[in-house]
Amino acid sequence: MEAAKRAMTPDGLQKRKKFWTPRRKEALIGWLFLAPEIVGMLLLNVFALGFSLYLSFTSWDLLSGISGIKFTGLDNYIHMFQDPTIIRALKNNLIYTVLTVPVPIAIALVLAVLIHSKVFWKEYFKVVFFIPYISSIIAIAAVWSALFHPSLGPINQFLMDLGISSPPKWLVDPKTSLLSIAIISSWAGLGYTIIIYMAGLTNISNELYEAAEIDGASSITKFLKITVPLLRPTTFFLFITMLIGSFKVFDIISYLTEGGPDNSSTVIVFRIYEEGFVNYNMGYAAAISWLLFAIIAIITAATWKMRKEE
Amino acid sequence: MLYIKKNMTKLITTIMMGLLSVFFMIPFVWMLSSAFKYEKDVMRFPIEWIPKSVNVVYNFKAVWMGKVPFLQTYMNSIKISIIVTLITIVISTMAAYAFTKLRFRGRNLVFTALLSFMIIPDQATLIPRFMLIRWLGLYDTHAALILMSMFSIYFTFLLRQFMVGISDEYLEAARIDGAGQLRIFSSIVIPLCRPVIATVAIIKFIWSWNDYQNPLIFLQTKSLYTIPLGMTLFRDDYTTNDAMMMMASLSAIIPLLIVFIILQKQVINGIALGGVKG
Repeated sequence: MEAAKRAMTPDGLQKRKKFWTPRRKEALIGWLFLAPEIVGMLLLNVFALGFSLYLSFTSWDLLSGISGIKFTGLDNYIHMFQDPTIIRALKNNLIYTVLTVPVPIAIALVLAVLIHSKVFWKEYFKVVFFIPYISSIIAIAAVWSALFHPSLGPINQFLMDLGISSPPKWLVDPKTSLLSIAIISSWAGLGYTIIIYMAGLTNISNELYEAAEIDGASSITKFLKITVPLLRPTTFFLFITMLIGSFKVFDIISYLTEGGPDNSSTVIVFRIYEEGFVNYNMGYAAAISWLLFAIIAIITAATWKMRKEE
Repeated sequence: MLYIKKNMTKLITTIMMGLLSVFFMIPFVWMLSSAFKYEKDVMRFPIEWIPKSVNVVYNFKAVWMGKVPFLQTYMNSIKISIIVTLITIVISTMAAYAFTKLRFRGRNLVFTALLSFMIIPDQATLIPRFMLIRWLGLYDTHAALILMSMFSIYFTFLLRQFMVGISDEYLEAARIDGAGQLRIFSSIVIPLCRPVIATVAIIKFIWSWNDYQNPLIFLQTKSLYTIPLGMTLFRDDYTTNDAMMMMASLSAIIPLLIVFIILQKQVINGIALGGVKG
């Protein structure tokens, strides 16, 4: 490998007649082609992450200018772990993850299998379930917010019609606000999960099912003994992606509840937004950003380890 | 006999799934029907799925020609999404070409590094990016939004996956014929990548159109707002009613819906191919 790499580089060929040998030229063009992406990524991701680490040890209100940055050591981090809103946000993120990852994955798996081989007009079903995913989450949130209206909304009118005298107040009740948001985003994201599962299903050979059929296996046995085990990599991928995604949730919460009522639906990213861009506690917001990054880095690292062990 | 039985089961499953899909689409159907109604009929129960009296013209005017500069936000969204999509394609295609068809030292290292940057969540770098934008004097401009979303490792990765499949011998032949790297890139590789570029373009356009977080943080002036942010103006305006709100939601979704229905194969395959949302 090492030798092969060296053979590709110009080291061995430097006769120094012409500086711009074809290889050097190729390397130059290569770096030029990569330059915009590298510069953009370094500036907006790596450098920004480092700078936010620095800011996380300071106190700064933005309005006082760069000279107003005061070094405060670990204060932000100490404060963070005593801040009841942050603890609430972490708890909410965990609840949100539990609500939006396993249940939609299970539903999507069943639907994907049905759409894949058990129905006519497969394409129609693919499209229908995917429509919410391509729609603006804000427009979707606006629709659901009317549907969830506590007294006049169609959902509660329907529940009252069924004889439930005091249906949940959904988005405006601290007990159900997070659940309501989880319902909306699970609905909106279901199509994505189905599509990924369907891509996984095309890789399972038909022969396995035919062999099982000869042995007289029922549909449910086939599903449990062939489909589910063979889709493990897909499930694993979806689980990780959705887990990380659930820790990044922001748009829908920002639009619908702004973390309320009474912080019942506040989450980490919303804390970053509110501390940074509403209260202008830039240093503190940077510390929360690092909390988010740490959570995601830990999830990713744990995933890699799990994947290696398999 | 078995064949008939099998098809019967399939037909029954199709009908059940059909009913389920209708149930799944209820929020959209409700939005569509409410956008045509008088305000007083929107929350009437049982729901009038097909409105008895239609007020669509009024709702349309209230959204598009009312107090909220909705038409302006529409134009802004179209402009920004097109520019962002074009720039992303240029940057990502160039990078993908370098990663697959140009050989130089450090290439694989850079690729691994870029992939590892994907774990850095956008939300964790918001504060420094906000400072950068202010320092550049781009706060409250569309340029800020474009700058923030024109780099994408995800799309570079997608394009790279495709370009790996282009035979090197084919490009070598062009090289022997005297074509330079730029020539090979622009007149051989780009045309060959047309299908995957189309996929990337559609997905990027959709994401850019629906982006809410960047406009929320980098814009202040209402006339610069994009559609998702413009939706908050309706919410915050006390004169907004539900019928109007549903007309606004419908208007925000419809262009993408049309694009998606026409190009569903590319969108769905593109999402399935990458498997990851950037």
